[in-house]
Amino acid sequence: MNEKHRFQGGVMRPFRVANILHENESTHTLLLSGRLPKAKAGQFVMAWLPEVGEKPFSIHAKIPLALTICDVGPVSHAMVSLQVQDRVWIRGPLGNGFELKGSKHLLVGGGYGAAPLSFLAQEVFRQGGQALVCLGAKTKADLILVERLKRQGRELRVATEDGSEGRQGLVTELVGEAIDAFQPDCLYACGPTGMLLALADLCKQRSLPAQLSFEALMRCGVGLCGSCELPEDLCLQLGLPGGWLVCHDGPVAMIG
Amino acid sequence: MEASLAVDFLGIQMKNPLVLASGILGTSASIMERCAREGAGAVTSKSASPEPRAGHANPVTLAWNGGVINAIGLTNPGCREEVLLLRETHERLKALGVPLFASLFAPTIEAFGEVVRIIAEAEPDLIEINISCPNVGSEFGTPFSATAKSAAEVTAVVRKAVSLPISIKLAPNVPEIGRIARAVVEAGADAITAINTVPAMLIDAYAGKPVLKNATGGLSGAAIKPVALKAVWEIAQMVSVPIIGTGGIRCGLDAAEMIMAGATLVGVGSAVALEGPAVFSRINTELEAFMLQEAYPDLASMRGKALPQNE
Ligand SMILES: Cc1cc2nc3c(=O)[nH]c(=O)nc-3n(C[C@H](O)[C@H](O)[C@H](O)COP(=O)(O)OP(=O)(O)OC[C@H]3O[C@@H](n4cnc5c(N)ncnc54)[C@H](O)[C@@H]3O)c2cc1C
Ligand SMILES: Cc1cc2nc3c(=O)[nH]c(=O)nc-3n(C[C@H](O)[C@H](O)[C@H](O)COP(=O)(O)O)c2cc1C
Ligand code: FES
Repeated sequence: MNEKHRFQGGVMRPFRVANILHENESTHTLLLSGRLPKAKAGQFVMAWLPEVGEKPFSIHAKIPLALTICDVGPVSHAMVSLQVQDRVWIRGPLGNGFELKGSKHLLVGGGYGAAPLSFLAQEVFRQGGQALVCLGAKTKADLILVERLKRQGRELRVATEDGSEGRQGLVTELVGEAIDAFQPDCLYACGPTGMLLALADLCKQRSLPAQLSFEALMRCGVGLCGSCELPEDLCLQLGLPGGWLVCHDGPVAMIG
Repeated sequence: MEASLAVDFLGIQMKNPLVLASGILGTSASIMERCAREGAGAVTSKSASPEPRAGHANPVTLAWNGGVINAIGLTNPGCREEVLLLRETHERLKALGVPLFASLFAPTIEAFGEVVRIIAEAEPDLIEINISCPNVGSEFGTPFSATAKSAAEVTAVVRKAVSLPISIKLAPNVPEIGRIARAVVEAGADAITAINTVPAMLIDAYAGKPVLKNATGGLSGAAIKPVALKAVWEIAQMVSVPIIGTGGIRCGLDAAEMIMAGATLVGVGSAVALEGPAVFSRINTELEAFMLQEAYPDLASMRGKALPQNE
């Protein structure tokens, strides 16, 4: 059994909340008192709050470990309610992240799908590559990370469905134009499934390789329980083998 | 010289002795087909119950290098939905020449008879009767695998209900597993599957609380291989039906040891978490290499080698 087959995940370890960034009304980024130096952009962790539950979250940054959490239900609500010095338990990094291909990278985020993209943008920056980021959300209030990415000097395009910020419409419309103008070597995306499928179509038409990060209901997080299997019709549509597991084979799917 | 992994199990011809253990990825036709394509000799479905079950809340499973602990809580769509899933899976596996084993459990002895009749409609190659899940004790009480009497009673009921081959899945945490195995064989079991997970728990010192939402669960993986070997070794000395030896198998040498303890087939569960379904082809390759190196032409020449009667 080689190193590759050894667990990165293991049992959970306690971290403390060191700092909290308010991204928007319902989304907080928790900066934790510890690091996951081996983590790659696109990988995720399972975060546990005793008595509340355990859910997967994308890694926003590895040093220190940071998670960006949108309040939509019981676990995420408890996570955004944490105060500095509170504990959260983490196992991971888990899954397969993005792999930078070429030198010109188009990054696309829908909603809190932006979370892993600032991590990826940093990796692009470190490699000396060029990145263009396209973010979409329902309204200006739902956007996250826009200011931070701007401050980091990233080239950024924004679309909102109601036009309250940037272009009015879906982020996929921005992306079509961005592909033609920017001529990227690869597209990397994280967000709702509908957005990912639309992007897969766009990329197919233009013969552009894509790396799409999927979400699914996760229980074990390590490829044992089967609950995160991508539906077979989606696999077919995307050219993935049947029985594709978001936690083990993904969350990032390599398309084209 | 050649080494053959082929095996005859109750008249079913299999390409190799590895079986996907119940409860690991046996939740859909596509995922079971994937395991078959990636080298499993047979595939077992997740245990189905009379009615649908959501299972326990997270955390349900933790995996580290020593093993896996789980309290999934027997999540399944219920036996009527399961029949449809099994039919579809069976079609796909037939095309690949891989048999389907269907696992089930029930809360009462009578209910076992009803569920097995429904599951038999899908005509799987074997029905595995799970009487040994340690994770639903608060709902169903002591597992039927705890005593020879209750284990034999369940066996007799399912034996009467169906004519398909049946294997009874036993728990390791009993004083004399060999005696329980003999009782279920006398009651009509065609095979024995051993072992299910070992009752266990994890506590987080910083939280001061059990980690699993269900508090307790079942231990599997590397940590339990010695427990599984002893169970199979004892059962093999008490019965002559084939054994599906399961527990902690991660590599070809582990599989060889399990066969030498007396197993005909070798179940693989937790090891899937380390590397996905690709684990099957790796274990097969390693097992074949070991047999070539040690001059075992086939599995039969290795089977039961470590038993006292073969010394
Ligand atoms: C690989 C992976 C990475 C993830 N990364 C992140 C991340 O970085 N940040 C983050 O906040 N979440 C992330 N999630 C989602 C997260 O794991 C939970 O699903 C989410 O927090 C809801 O859990 P809950 O227990 O709070 O609510 P639940 O009770 O599970 O959900 C409450 C309700 O909200 C719905 N819902 C779930 N997600 C959303 C959503 N995004 N928008 C609107 N409604 C939703 C559910 O369908 C349900 O109806 C990720 C999921 C996966 C699989
Ligand atoms: C996540 C998980 C779920 C399981 N679910 C079932 C189940 O539904 N029915 C069953 O008979 N055994 C179940 N088991 C037990 C396995 O089939 C197997 O007997 C045990 O894990 C030992 O083998 P291993 O060490 O190779 O995992 C489960 C085990 C795990 C790890
Ligand atoms: S969450 Fe269990 S297999 Fe992916």
